[in-house]
Amino acid sequence: MNHILKFNLNGDPVEVTVKSNEKLLDVLRDKLGAVSVKFGCGVAECGACTVLIDGLSVRSCITFAVEVEGKNVVTLEGLQADGPTKIQKAFIKHNAFQCGFCAPGFIVSATELISKNPSPSEEEMRHALAGNLCRCTGYQNIVNAMNEVAEDNRKGDK
Amino acid sequence: MKENLKVVGHNAVRLDILEKVTGTSEYTDDIPFGPNLLHMAVLGSPYAHAEIISIDTTEAKKLPGVKAVITGEDYPEKFGLYLKDKSIFPVDRVRQVGEQVAGVIAVSYEIAKAAVKLIKVEYKELPVILDPYDSVKEGAVLIHPDLGNYEIEPWLEAQPGTNIGHLRRIRKGDIEKGFAEAEYIVEGEYHIPHVAHTCIETHISVSKFSLDGRLTMWNSTQSPHTQRHIMAQSLGMAHKDIRVIAPPIGGGFGGKAGISMEVMAAAGAKSCPGHPVKLRWTREEEFYNSSQRTGLRNKVKIGFRKNGKIIAFKHEMFWDVGASAEYGSNVVNATGFSATGPYYIPNVYIDSHACYTNNPTCSAYRGFGYSEFSFGIESTMDKAARIMGIDAVELRRINAIKEGEGVAYDVPMNPNGLVECIDKVAEEIGWGIEEKSDDSNKIIAKGFASVWKAPAMPANESSSAFIKFSEDGSINILVSGMDLGQGFITAMAKIAAEVLGLTLDKVRVELPDTDRNPYEWQTVASHVTWSCGNAVKRAAIDAKSKILDTVQRAHFIDKSQLYLEDNGVKCTTQDSFFIPFSDFVINGIQTEHNTWVGGPILGSGMFMPEYTNAMVDPDTGLGGNPMVHYTVGAGAVTVEIDKETGRMKVLKMAEAFDLGKAINPDLSKDQIVGGFVQGLGTALWEECIFDEKGRMLNDGFTDYKIPTIVDVPRDMNPILVEVPQPDGPYGARGHSEHTMIPVMPAVANAVANGLGVRISDVPVTSEKVAMRMNDPKYREEM
Repeated sequence: MNHILKFNLNGDPVEVTVKSNEKLLDVLRDKLGAVSVKFGCGVAECGACTVLIDGLSVRSCITFAVEVEGKNVVTLEGLQADGPTKIQKAFIKHNAFQCGFCAPGFIVSATELISKNPSPSEEEMRHALAGNLCRCTGYQNIVNAMNEVAEDNRKGDK
Repeated sequence: MKENLKVVGHNAVRLDILEKVTGTSEYTDDIPFGPNLLHMAVLGSPYAHAEIISIDTTEAKKLPGVKAVITGEDYPEKFGLYLKDKSIFPVDRVRQVGEQVAGVIAVSYEIAKAAVKLIKVEYKELPVILDPYDSVKEGAVLIHPDLGNYEIEPWLEAQPGTNIGHLRRIRKGDIEKGFAEAEYIVEGEYHIPHVAHTCIETHISVSKFSLDGRLTMWNSTQSPHTQRHIMAQSLGMAHKDIRVIAPPIGGGFGGKAGISMEVMAAAGAKSCPGHPVKLRWTREEEFYNSSQRTGLRNKVKIGFRKNGKIIAFKHEMFWDVGASAEYGSNVVNATGFSATGPYYIPNVYIDSHACYTNNPTCSAYRGFGYSEFSFGIESTMDKAARIMGIDAVELRRINAIKEGEGVAYDVPMNPNGLVECIDKVAEEIGWGIEEKSDDSNKIIAKGFASVWKAPAMPANESSSAFIKFSEDGSINILVSGMDLGQGFITAMAKIAAEVLGLTLDKVRVELPDTDRNPYEWQTVASHVTWSCGNAVKRAAIDAKSKILDTVQRAHFIDKSQLYLEDNGVKCTTQDSFFIPFSDFVINGIQTEHNTWVGGPILGSGMFMPEYTNAMVDPDTGLGGNPMVHYTVGAGAVTVEIDKETGRMKVLKMAEAFDLGKAINPDLSKDQIVGGFVQGLGTALWEECIFDEKGRMLNDGFTDYKIPTIVDVPRDMNPILVEVPQPDGPYGARGHSEHTMIPVMPAVANAVANGLGVRISDVPVTSEKVAMRMNDPKYREEM
């Protein structure tokens, strides 16, 4: 069955026809051009498809598109509307990614974490990002970049 | 080598980091192909070994939206990199679970999937072989009865009438005499299971066969030219009419080397001319059908003199290459030449068998077999050290191979810094310094391993490069090496920038497109920095000579007084002389007569090692020079182990590799950290588990655990050693794969050092440690 789905994508209202069983991942990629959201497993095990729905990180590969009716969906494209964010700048400085396929999901998860907890401890940060798999980096540069963001935010608080 | 380098050897942010971090890298699946795009789905075999009696596609073809259904009747061609034992779709039998027997091309993936379910296949089950020891048993069912009729590289030794796709033997010195002279003989038997690459991006190909007879493919690949070549052979097309484009790749690790599912996408496209056809693996298909790492059963026997010197070494390897040896045969070959580890040994006996089984096909995986065989060698070395009362690190120093000493096939070893690597790792890990846990239930133990690896390549592998200048003095480097994330494009940019006196912001390196970029064999074997780096350096030298020639003719200054720096040309005898590249590299230099000298500056370069020879005596493995060089290194871990539960936590790691020259030290260290963590997964958790019918029980990330950001050591110490490679660009040789190799034995050795229990079958799980801790069968005297 087809539905006319209306929601906000990266701040703009969108209207798109979807089937009842269509996943948000496929709608974002194939119908709305938000291709930073990646297919990695299809069953919420790798985190490459992570998006924010009303500020909370969600795996779009197991989310039915119809579930976001009237909600605010943000992908990496939306986060950097005004250029690279502080988190992205830290990732660039630390060469945080290699193949880069997991990067959008990591950045979305990291953004959620920092929005809730601007200066997490390293262990808090690691646990918050544990659902995002990276096969290339061994994670060390991601940790270094996030520690720098947390440290900078800590200084900013004082 | 006393060069004053301005770019090479200095750190830099990787050139492609901005596109990765902003999500603008356009991976294959991200490219818009428009509404004309068709989707392909495949039918996999439910059986590990069965004859195909019949395939009925009638109902599938009738489903609205289906454009074509294809089987082995349409595409029976055999293909393969080294041994053509694989079919696009099989006609006679299936040899592993998941082997594709038919493909459906339809207007949507959903319809293609639905049509796949309507295909009826009648099978007759055959006996299933899942273990390489069973594969070589007398009377075992033959998995490839036609082995003797397959096309094969002349340097491989198939054994028709058996399940052995290739056998590499080494017989150096006198093994009997060597063992007779040994004061100590130490043995071990080991098992390594299949593991999976698990690139986060699954395999994908979009192929289009246009009505004018062109085949264009967008593949997530490490091997665009090799794919084009295999495609041309199996489809009977001219190379010039096939174009393979390699968009950014979401992980490779060897899994996207050579060719696999891309042939099916091409067949699908050929059946639906004019349409791009997309074939993208699901995660399950990725586990079954993208190749896995070779499994291994091996027996190691080492004879030592009293002083710890190895005098005799016997290694029998039975590789589980799975259903096809098209690529895995070369893993077996390369390891057959090298499975001594980085030690000088006068008497060597190696047998390396490629055993067909009905497990998923195996091919290249980071380390190319060296991780697997090094586990047995390095475990046996530790056992021997304990028996002889020699420190385990010292034993490795005693036997470390030096420049000029003969390797297993009796060719002199290249210059290397193995002892320096061993010493630096031992120092960093605090070897010999006892550490205690705050928790009395836990002990802290250390484990060590030293390793080597050579690129495994045909003797005449090659690379080439074009460099072209633009009006503003910037350059585009055209090469067909692939940036898998290892930093290839940054390395190539730095090599060219160094020669041409350019700043890095003036350099762009293009990803492969076989129509436009010149030939590269493949991005495998940790060889592109060395091989393609040489080609890029030569291309830059070629461009430089044209620049100097132009300036000499226009300004009447002898070339020998000119040099390149700061994005232009300078003169050693006139301080004020400076012509920026942007003044002349396209439009030339105007003379006093208002004529022009010069023209667009281009450079080309090629590289092929001209001293390698794969044609060895099949009975001894001697008489050739099959490897270009070895990269050596060492690794160690500090592990905290719970004495009750066996639960392990790796607290610290140190790894050192002699990479000749670090083109970009930061990125080289990143390779060590990333490779270590990938190795840690295989040491502690990763294993493809099969039931007795060859079905994989853990084909997803929930049951096949790879390391997360929580699981990794908090203290990781990558160390670079630089003993230059004489024929490497600026002395560089590869090291990215090597970083995985020490991890499995280092972890097992730590467990043995801490608890006196020897785990000879990876992964070294907590369960195994707990169950075997007090079992005398696994006891290793401390």
